[in-house]
Amino acid sequence: MSGENEPTEPNEQNGQNEPGYRRGLDGPAPEERPTPAGRRNEQGIRIDPEVEAKQEPRRTVISTLVEHEPGVLSDVSGLFSRRQFNIESLTVGPTTDDDRARITLVVEEPDPGIDQIKKQLRKLVPVISVRELESDAMRRELALVKIDADQPSEVAAVADMYDGKTVDSCPETATIQITGSRQKIDAAIETFEQFGIREIDRTGTTALARGTQSTAAPASTTESTAEAASHPQNQYAPADDD
Amino acid sequence: MSERATSIPPEEQHDDQDQDQNADATANADGNDTTAGATSTDTAATGDDAQPDPVTTGAESVVRALENAGVEYAFGVQGGAIMPVYDALYDSDITHVTMAHEQGASHAADAYGIVSGEPGVCLATSGPGATNLVTGIADADMDSDPMLALTGQVPTDFVGNDAFQETDTTGVTTPVTKDNTFAADPDRVGTDVSEAFALAREGRPGPTLVDLPKDVTNAETNREPDEPTTPDTYEVTEEADPTIVASAAERIENATRPIMLLGGGVIKGEASEACQEFAIEHEIPVVTTMPGIGAFPEDHELSMEMAGMHGTGYANMAITHCDTMIAVGTRFDDRLTGGIETFAPDAEIIHVDIDPAEISKNIHADYPLVGDADTVVSQLARAVETSPKATKWRAQCQQWKSDYSMAYDVPADEPIQPEFVVEALDEATSDRAIVTTGVGQHQMWACQYWTFTEPRTWVSSHGLGTMGYGLPAAIGARLAADDDQEVVCIDGDGSFLMTLQGLSVAVRENLDITVAVLNNEYIGMVRQWQDAFFEGRHSASDYGWMPEFDKLAEAFGANGFRIDEYDDVADTIEAALAEDGPSVIDVHIDPQANVYPMVPSGGDNGQFALAEDQL
Repeated sequence: MSGENEPTEPNEQNGQNEPGYRRGLDGPAPEERPTPAGRRNEQGIRIDPEVEAKQEPRRTVISTLVEHEPGVLSDVSGLFSRRQFNIESLTVGPTTDDDRARITLVVEEPDPGIDQIKKQLRKLVPVISVRELESDAMRRELALVKIDADQPSEVAAVADMYDGKTVDSCPETATIQITGSRQKIDAAIETFEQFGIREIDRTGTTALARGTQSTAAPASTTESTAEAASHPQNQYAPADDD
Repeated sequence: MSERATSIPPEEQHDDQDQDQNADATANADGNDTTAGATSTDTAATGDDAQPDPVTTGAESVVRALENAGVEYAFGVQGGAIMPVYDALYDSDITHVTMAHEQGASHAADAYGIVSGEPGVCLATSGPGATNLVTGIADADMDSDPMLALTGQVPTDFVGNDAFQETDTTGVTTPVTKDNTFAADPDRVGTDVSEAFALAREGRPGPTLVDLPKDVTNAETNREPDEPTTPDTYEVTEEADPTIVASAAERIENATRPIMLLGGGVIKGEASEACQEFAIEHEIPVVTTMPGIGAFPEDHELSMEMAGMHGTGYANMAITHCDTMIAVGTRFDDRLTGGIETFAPDAEIIHVDIDPAEISKNIHADYPLVGDADTVVSQLARAVETSPKATKWRAQCQQWKSDYSMAYDVPADEPIQPEFVVEALDEATSDRAIVTTGVGQHQMWACQYWTFTEPRTWVSSHGLGTMGYGLPAAIGARLAADDDQEVVCIDGDGSFLMTLQGLSVAVRENLDITVAVLNNEYIGMVRQWQDAFFEGRHSASDYGWMPEFDKLAEAFGANGFRIDEYDDVADTIEAALAEDGPSVIDVHIDPQANVYPMVPSGGDNGQFALAEDQL
């Protein structure tokens, strides 16, 4: 870049030492410059400048196969907290291979966020594969609900409606075990509320892909392109659940 | 590589015969099953006649791993939990550079990695030693610089008990490392280090850390470390999807306002040459990000120099108005993009990056090209058959260059303008001189007024913006640089004050470094923002209590210089550069000088301000 290399007398420059001398560079002012017509939305996607485009979050299940070693869960959960991804539930369990564990995550984010979550998970060295499950995947959650048992037969009847199983009872309370989709458990809990619920413990969602598909096999790298997240089969459809 | 500043006299190195006998005894006593692995490692590592002695402890295995990786220098500070490793280093050919503070060790290692392309190594003890490294590790993480940090840890039995100098170092550093490991097994510790070294370098580079409990490094083992290879789960894509390459090439051919945006990944991926050839063949104007400085010669006609918050006006006009952007190795940091809505709003983006997670993270990529920068740009070069018809666009770019030129005034009776000093330093040094900086106004003036022409000559803290980076970085850069390359640190007064204890290291090692402190007795960038956005209320930014840096330098045993007048600038710079050891020039600049152009945070790049009244 070029500057003047020799000091000059102040008077040669137009009134530079006067009060209000403008310190800065020359060139057309901002209002004199052309401006482009386009706009991007907050995800950095080019949009019609006239249209308000906002991506709605969706809920989805991400299954992750990881090395079974200390610190992996903290790597994964730390990734979510520091990148401010909204995590709904997280479950971890062993697999058929002693050296590997499966982490099932339910997240709620707009499409670009879900895409970013998958890519960031892939970057963790102990992570072997990451896959967003399709809407027909098997998804289950387990809940234990401790209910006031003033009306034992009615409690049993409701439990029955939801395929619940009484796992503990005493004159004052009954503890019911319910398994199924998140919606089913929500509904069961809502129905149990009429008796008075003392305590609830719920696991997060566990999930496996349907049929012969592998839930989390080593992913091909082409999957992690920008387009991957918007495949229609990745859309969450509650009707298919359970 | 420069000559090693040896701190271990040859006569103090071990007696080979004695060591051999000891080692043999140990190996026999253990009746080990790892001899085969050890032998193959030895052969691969040395290649000369002298076989290194078998390792006997975890610490020796750690040092052997560094030797196998070709490590020449390690930067660090001694301490309780890391002592076994230092004891093993005592017998090694690796030169340990004792720093005055661990933060300096991590910055020096970072800079070593930037200049050499190989991971820089830093060491610290547990607890405060490890936490002092964290700033430099975080800095390397933000800038994707290859670095390996080794930290001592309390013995495994004590871990979790709040023992003396205990910190959960892997816990603390997880968010700021590419990967980290708690080494729990003496037989595996060397391999942990080898793997961490390989991970720091492979794919998108970054800092890795191995936490070394004292009992693990002290423990006996005859297990040689494996070769530095990355774990199986770490996959890097080298070549981009050919269909996307083909459609991107078609887009480039049809562009009328093309631009190349070169980021730090171009330099790290050794893709500068491929990018230059591509831009020059197809006559595409080039802007760089701040970490991308040096990827394209700034004296070339096609160069529009740096874009972003304090980028040139013409670079910002060019990225705002282009219709096709070939972005290579950049993560679209907010200091580059300004507000997302107004960033290159007419442009289709071709994004080349080795890290898939960078694709569409901040700016949507219309053509995502995941792969090694050099490989992918070569793929593109083969695919593009006709150059874009952009004569008018190029003329427009040149017009912007003259409209928004970076010329500044040098009134004779005013205090020294900082731009003048940067240009004078540039003029007094060779093209291959390495510039390191702290963070602040001086860093921006260095970006704007130094004409960079070579990759790996610009060493700065970009993503993290770490004040105090300049001097320790100059130490690391000096040891990585060729002997004929000058190393100049352009620093600010506030920045320099944060890590100037490193001068003691530069003096001890007699490192040929010239530090120019652009002294305005302010935290200048903050003062500039306070003037612009906080009604001139200079809360805690007025540093009128600065020491006299020239005298301070002399107290350390360095050469001290001071500049107060324009007439002294050239001569003093020449005198300082002529000194063989470290020199510090305290340059008293105009305290009111500001950095322009400027895009306010989150603003529109095309609406950059040329002076305060445009903010």
